[in-house]
Amino acid sequence: MVTAVRPRASAPRAYRFPTFTQEVLPTGLRLVVAPVEKLPLVTVLVVIDAGSTIDPAGKEGLAALTADALLEGTREFDGAQLTERFEQLGTAVESGADWDSAFVKLTVLSDRLEEATALLGEAIGNPTFPDREIERLKAERLAEILQIETEPRGLADEKFSEFLYSAASRYAKPDDGTAESVAGLTRSDVDTFFRSYYRSGATTVVVAGAITPLLARNLVAKAFSGWSQGVGPGRALIASPRANSRTVHIVNKPDAPQSELRVGHLGLPRKHPDFFPTMVMNAVLGGLFGSRINMNLREEHGYTYGASSYYDWRRGPGPFVVATAVQSEVTAAALREILAEIERIRSDRIAEEELSLARDYLDGVFPIRYETTTAIASALANLVIYALKSDYYDTYRTRVREVTTDDVLQAARNHLHPGLLQTVIVGDSAAIKDSVGQLGFGEVRVHAAQND
Amino acid sequence: MRIPIETYELDNGLFVTLSEDHTAPIVAVNLWYHVGSANERTGRTGFAHLFEHMLFQGSAHVGSNEHFELIQRAGGTLNGSTWLERTNYYETVPSHQLALALWLEADRMGDLLPAMTQEKLDTQRDVVKNERRWAVDNQPYGTMLEKLQELTFPRTHPFHHSLIGSMEDLSEASLDDIAQFFATYYTPDNAVLSIAGDFERAEAQRLISEYFAPIPRGKGKPPLPPMNLPPVFGRPGREVVPDNVSLSRLFLAFRSPVFGSAEYYAASVTSAILGLRKGSRLHRSLVRDRQIASDAASYTFDLAKGTDLLIVDVTARPEISPSQLEEEVEREIDLIYAEGVTQLEVKRAIALIETDLVSSLQSAGDRADRLSMFATYFRDPQLINEQSAAYRAVTTDRVNALIAERLGANNRASLMYVPREGVESEPMLAAAVSAG
Repeated sequence: MVTAVRPRASAPRAYRFPTFTQEVLPTGLRLVVAPVEKLPLVTVLVVIDAGSTIDPAGKEGLAALTADALLEGTREFDGAQLTERFEQLGTAVESGADWDSAFVKLTVLSDRLEEATALLGEAIGNPTFPDREIERLKAERLAEILQIETEPRGLADEKFSEFLYSAASRYAKPDDGTAESVAGLTRSDVDTFFRSYYRSGATTVVVAGAITPLLARNLVAKAFSGWSQGVGPGRALIASPRANSRTVHIVNKPDAPQSELRVGHLGLPRKHPDFFPTMVMNAVLGGLFGSRINMNLREEHGYTYGASSYYDWRRGPGPFVVATAVQSEVTAAALREILAEIERIRSDRIAEEELSLARDYLDGVFPIRYETTTAIASALANLVIYALKSDYYDTYRTRVREVTTDDVLQAARNHLHPGLLQTVIVGDSAAIKDSVGQLGFGEVRVHAAQND
Repeated sequence: MRIPIETYELDNGLFVTLSEDHTAPIVAVNLWYHVGSANERTGRTGFAHLFEHMLFQGSAHVGSNEHFELIQRAGGTLNGSTWLERTNYYETVPSHQLALALWLEADRMGDLLPAMTQEKLDTQRDVVKNERRWAVDNQPYGTMLEKLQELTFPRTHPFHHSLIGSMEDLSEASLDDIAQFFATYYTPDNAVLSIAGDFERAEAQRLISEYFAPIPRGKGKPPLPPMNLPPVFGRPGREVVPDNVSLSRLFLAFRSPVFGSAEYYAASVTSAILGLRKGSRLHRSLVRDRQIASDAASYTFDLAKGTDLLIVDVTARPEISPSQLEEEVEREIDLIYAEGVTQLEVKRAIALIETDLVSSLQSAGDRADRLSMFATYFRDPQLINEQSAAYRAVTTDRVNALIAERLGANNRASLMYVPREGVESEPMLAAAVSAG
């Protein structure tokens, strides 16, 4: 028989987020280096202020296509040769764009770092964007768009954004663009975008792993010597809601065994002063396994394999969303529970034990989040992307611990808006429409999955 | 590069692996039970996985869902997963919470049944049925694993049936099944425990003795039916699945040497040459050059018993018909079968694998999980330190020998997903569907 006596924790050992150096090179390029001596590995993460929010209207997907095409050829080598050379070094370079930045990243064994960085410099110093590769990447994106039409989770996410934001908002359309916008992109669009935005003044290189700041500086300065200085033109971000009252959108998938649900409204920008109380509030509402929404929908009712809520933190107000998939016959019942949980956390102060669960988890798990060079590099990149203070990670745990049940109640009242909830259901309309219509979640509109 | 490893066994048969690393105040606890869907009896498909869910529903001294709460409150992460050959449970916690993680694991290994109720079983059955709907039934290509198992293993083979299980079998599972499965498989002599990260050896050993030593040894488990299979399929298998998908996708399976065998490493390198990253053969040829595929990959399942499977996984471009896709992929395999691979291709594959091997040692949780894997399958966690050398020893000749033995036309099973509305337009496919 195992002892009934619960163990007590021993004394915690001190932890510090890896120390790092920061400097701006003469070209304007920012360099951040975190020496981590655990294993002979190094991650290089380049972030460029060239994310999808600066796509021109009608050319959605241009930032993503440009980042994708970055490693597809130079005057000397074509894309296949570049790929081969990187992979012979045991590394695969990835590039892409999300809402707030474009990125290029690689992880490599430290004894091959010098060659890999030199090669990276060669590849991105003067990319030629061959027409053939641009057209291929476009076709691959179009294939992906087709795939999403039959993939309930991806489809629910995309439709939710579409119905949440006004048509003029960049967030209303996928960051990689729509079938229509991608089809219209040209090589010359890509080339122009690259020359405007991929500049050293808009670029940060983060190096994390078994390396010294001095060596990193030499390697990076050389690799990026070809980029022009300065920064690209800015673009104002529009992110406004599409509806001012509750609406339900059913995206019809006849005979679907489950309904994919997304319920939410506009969230907050990353730099919002209520970031910490709002994050803790969300942890209690739907952020943790032991959160109210998951316990209710999964462990009490068995409606779902899992349910969660999150704020998608971006420079602009990304969505706040509750996401789950429930068996079709309990769709209305599950929506009722979700709304009840949103209302409950706004009306009553959470219990101390709920606060301590969220707080102790977020505080305690902090070191576990930064075990790998890629996780450390990405955390450091976020400092730059969101203009956070350089002591952000050193003060993070204290700021989490300072949040009170009062702060949580205030955050819930100020930042959850039951009257504005937009609901998207990817599911079998015939089976759920009537019961959902009786919920008072707003007017029900039914849509086809395919865009015509 | 080697990580430090110490192993020993308790009197009750629990196999323990310890690996210290004090770079951060983090420790991982990881248990592998040597039981998976392969051990399920007829009429109980999905039970091993349903049982995994029940292990989070409390034990003699732990309330329902309290395991999750206590670990998260301690600032830790946790989960479990079920595979054909094993089930694992794991926690990564701040190092001063090691005792809690060990005690929770011991309590459910030693004394699970007092906490089991019909109500909890009914709820978890619903949760698992929803997991099936979510991951399998309502997901494009979601039935891939169970269809491949059905297609590639004979009806009587333990790997033939579905891991997530059928809705009917899940409905049949009872509390008696829980008690029986627990007594048979969840015993210390059928488990390994690994601890990796920041801990003091003496203290960890003391805690392990205190919590796990009182748990009695099991009475042995029934042997699995014979699992060995001939190295090739012989008769080619083929199934066409019209499904709610936008793009045709072909899974081509080959019988392949079992995980950990000397030939396994040549097979693993072969799959990397075929389909690991964008410089691989299939990606370069089908995605980049000829542009008939939107994606191409290859991997092994890493099964340690009977036979492994090497999978080639290619998704068509929208304008490419399923039969075209099948022809083009087969042609690539025929080419590699006829001509073999070059030394440069072998070098590329090994270089990529080596970086992945070192990367996989970064987190305490991954490290502990790999130690448990080598301990469970081979009683030898030191193998974690031998992997880079085993890959580096793979020569072009060995890869070509493997290809000659395993990639021929007599060793292919093809599982093809096609968009539903596309089936009628292709008479060949329509015939294959009605025949299957």
